[in-house]
Amino acid sequence: MRTTYREAVREAIREAMRADSRVFLMGEDVGRYGGAFGVSLGLLEEFGPDRIRDTPLSESAFTGAGIGAAIGGMRPIVEIMTVNFSLLALDQIMNNAATLRHMSNGQIGVPLVIRMTTGAGRQLAAQHSHSLEGWYSHIPGLRILAPATVADARGMLAPALADPDPVLIFEHGSLYNTEGELPESIPTCDISSAAIGRTGTDVTVITYGGTMPAVISAADELATLGISAEVVDLRVLRPLNDATIMQSVRKTHRAVVVDEGWRSGSLSAEVSARITEQAFFDLDAPVMRVCTEEVPIPYAKHLEEAALPRPERIVRTARELVGR
Amino acid sequence: MNESFELLRRMLLIRRFEERCAELYSSQEIRGFLHLYVGEEAVAVGVMAEFGPEDAIVSTYREHGHALARGVSPDAIMAEMFGKATGCSGGRGGSMHLFDASTRFYGGNAIVAGGLPLAVGLALADRMQGRPVVTACFFGDGAVAEGEFHESMNLAALWRLPVLFCCENNLYAMGTRIERTHAVTELAVRAAGYGMPAEVVDGMDVLAVREVTRKALKRIRSEAGPQFLELQTYRFRAHSMYDPDRYRDKAEIAEWKRRDPIDKLAATLRLPTEDISKLDTEITEVIDAAVAFARTASPENVDSLTRHVYSEVRR
Amino acid sequence: MNTEFRMPSLGADMESGVLLEWLVHPGDTVHKGDIVAVVDTAKAAVEVECFTSGVVTELLVEPGTRVPVGGPLAVISTTTGEQPHAAPTVAAPGVVTSPLVRHLADQLHVDTGTTPGTGVGGRITRADVIRQAEPVRISPRARRLAAERGVDLRTIGSTTPGRVITGDEVLAAADALGRPEHDAKGIDPQAMRNAIAQLMAKSKKEIPHYYLTEQIDMSTALAWLHEQNRALPVAQRILPAALLLRAVASACAEVPQLNGFWIDGSFVPAGGVHLGVAISLRGGGLVAPAIRDAGTLSAPELMAALRDLVSRTRAGRLRASEMSDPTITVSNLGDQGADSLLGVIYPPQVALVGFGRIAERPWASGGMLGVRPVVTASLAADHRATDGVTGALFLQAIARQLQLPEEK
Repeated sequence: MRTTYREAVREAIREAMRADSRVFLMGEDVGRYGGAFGVSLGLLEEFGPDRIRDTPLSESAFTGAGIGAAIGGMRPIVEIMTVNFSLLALDQIMNNAATLRHMSNGQIGVPLVIRMTTGAGRQLAAQHSHSLEGWYSHIPGLRILAPATVADARGMLAPALADPDPVLIFEHGSLYNTEGELPESIPTCDISSAAIGRTGTDVTVITYGGTMPAVISAADELATLGISAEVVDLRVLRPLNDATIMQSVRKTHRAVVVDEGWRSGSLSAEVSARITEQAFFDLDAPVMRVCTEEVPIPYAKHLEEAALPRPERIVRTARELVGR
Repeated sequence: MNESFELLRRMLLIRRFEERCAELYSSQEIRGFLHLYVGEEAVAVGVMAEFGPEDAIVSTYREHGHALARGVSPDAIMAEMFGKATGCSGGRGGSMHLFDASTRFYGGNAIVAGGLPLAVGLALADRMQGRPVVTACFFGDGAVAEGEFHESMNLAALWRLPVLFCCENNLYAMGTRIERTHAVTELAVRAAGYGMPAEVVDGMDVLAVREVTRKALKRIRSEAGPQFLELQTYRFRAHSMYDPDRYRDKAEIAEWKRRDPIDKLAATLRLPTEDISKLDTEITEVIDAAVAFARTASPENVDSLTRHVYSEVRR
Repeated sequence: MNTEFRMPSLGADMESGVLLEWLVHPGDTVHKGDIVAVVDTAKAAVEVECFTSGVVTELLVEPGTRVPVGGPLAVISTTTGEQPHAAPTVAAPGVVTSPLVRHLADQLHVDTGTTPGTGVGGRITRADVIRQAEPVRISPRARRLAAERGVDLRTIGSTTPGRVITGDEVLAAADALGRPEHDAKGIDPQAMRNAIAQLMAKSKKEIPHYYLTEQIDMSTALAWLHEQNRALPVAQRILPAALLLRAVASACAEVPQLNGFWIDGSFVPAGGVHLGVAISLRGGGLVAPAIRDAGTLSAPELMAALRDLVSRTRAGRLRASEMSDPTITVSNLGDQGADSLLGVIYPPQVALVGFGRIAERPWASGGMLGVRPVVTASLAADHRATDGVTGALFLQAIARQLQLPEEK
């Protein structure tokens, strides 16, 4: 069955809401508007305003309310329109969702799912183009998911809702229109492992979410040059699945980390450090990174493109590592 | 008469408990931040007297009084402040983060106004699941200046959720007096902006607090939506054990102490002095026992340091 | 100018070798000392190096071919004027025409004779010199693999941009040293038997052997060893064999007339003491590769060298120099052996020292009879080079050294 990423997310929500009356969707414009990115279109009609709940522009209050509702026995899906606005809810996510279980010595858990759009690439300028999932990956107590494929967009929500702890799902805005094949019966999906997006032997390219298309395109280009790139899709940004990364690096002996986040103090830095810690003696070259230039994302198309990890930069970096 | 005596007992328990905490802090057995509730006892005791066991409580970092009034064991609270495994948060929370799931006591929140959205969500969950219960949400006058206060008031009113917003107005946001932090110092009028009924009550009068709470709860249970109480009170001690209290006039403190809620109730009840001494003795025994419990309890094993970051039961 | 790369002599017993594998291709640039091929000497698969720098223009022999020692294997062009028809894939060492470049090369201590030139006509440019001046770097994986496989990183020339030696290059080198298929097809027990037969027959036919033996009290040496070993992990414990080797090395320094070669009717003393150690192979047969400069090694170092040599010999990973180097041979039958052994000299060496097993014997000393651990040392020597008096001095030097185990 051919479907878009957007439809896959919507179907996942629909399925979860049909399966469990405790599940409800809450966020800005999720109801009548149909979601800022059209994800929840049609759900209000099926489930009504109590379960497809439009909120005021109060990220902190409705995210905190999601936390409270989760503690109170519900299974809320909070939609924050974009990661940029999630900063207004950061206090709730970090100081409550992530800490309550520990502060209460395990008495109070927060089985909450927060979905949000992330990333650049649509000429939306600095305040609508951040990629801050790496920041969230810093926080113990949270599980951070970054579905890059239609299959994960469809499959990750159910296990996220079943998880007893807060799970944040980052949907890259440029992925909603991408298409992929889904089987008629959706296979179970794990939210703990990384995946091999493509097998290869010469260099490992590690990425996640919105940069996956650029990496695949780079891998195609590298193949024409006789360089076989293995692509690791992290999928789960916290906790990182080190084993899959190391297995691949031990095979290829070279790694490039591609991350739309900025380089300094980033998720790419974390992945690189772990490779150095765990697979140093399997490396034939330094771990390299292709990240977003350290500027607020500019509006003009050519400037934005120059700032982001494009396939050419990935190809160039991989070639430097392989020496071909 | 018996009910009122019980209110007195609870207030005195809080008073003596807090005084002992100050002493134990001075002798370094309690560490971290310690915010005491001395002077404000009538608020917690009066409000909590009207809440049933199914209702939920969200509190602040000055929450020993709320926890004790809610019925959380003094032993477990004291052990928590000693950082012991038998503390009500296993030594992971300390004074500012007391939790007790069994009494629906949802903490001890040390971010000013951080508990308000949580209370809204708890009420939402109860409402969506058809439970006829109410969430009490305590916060101070300082929280009223936070964005989360306004967002939460709006959301609760918009969705007509069963929340009792209890604003403990003790006139000071840490060391800054209300006139220097609020353009409008009558805090209860803020509720009008959200169409929320509000009452102002003397927070030094436990019977008045209980009465106004009873009425507010009745309105909430008849689905009139959230209610707002401004409880005018005063802390007799400094903001925390770190605070030299240079910003308050001694005369002002003395003036408020003349309105001591415990003295006030005792006078109303016309209790003989020996009854009060007897009560005091009983309470001292309870606190002695709590301290002994806390002192002799085992500390949490360091091996369990990283427990309870994620659930140990994965479904 | 063209030079022929010929089948090297890897020990005096070798008359021919089978080329097992080429490690270079036509067009490759090779430098003096580069490993270019793997050759089966009937005793082991051995890496062989070339002694000229240049470009390989032609491989004359297919793998699997037996070639007599001295027979041509490949052609190496040492000048750029005579490029092969096939263009080299790696630039040959270039020529310097610019005085500025020559000056830069001098400043940076770059050998222009080994620097590939990328300029017009193979000329060396400034960039070529600067690139060549960069140190060769070794990747973490390459270091690990080299340590695990016993590959000397100095023998690997990097072909990777940035002059990084990678793990794959080390693996290739390790494979060349001892790939399992080499063992399978490389060492033919019958061929090895034939080689030993020819060498030993030649020795007995040409060398007038004389034999001396000496019984040596080992009690002091063994007590010292016992003391040393108490502090060492089991895997590093020193065996008596190391002490015996050290005693021989020491005797070689004292009596140099037995450490060297009989060549063209006269004795040629050896430059160093490289002890050939007779090692029996699991599949039958015998080789005697060298522990180089054994006289400079302490007992623990000799032990480590011996362990390394035995394991590499049995894995078929010997270096060519180890096969051709020995200046005197030591044969130690050890625990499994006989009371004494009288050996056959490896030509062109002039002596072989044999040790029997160490066993308790009645021992008279100072008018008293006691029981001591005793070893019988023997010397087989070439009577053309020395007489018995010299041989006796040599054995006495061994015996004396074994009474002074703490001395280096």
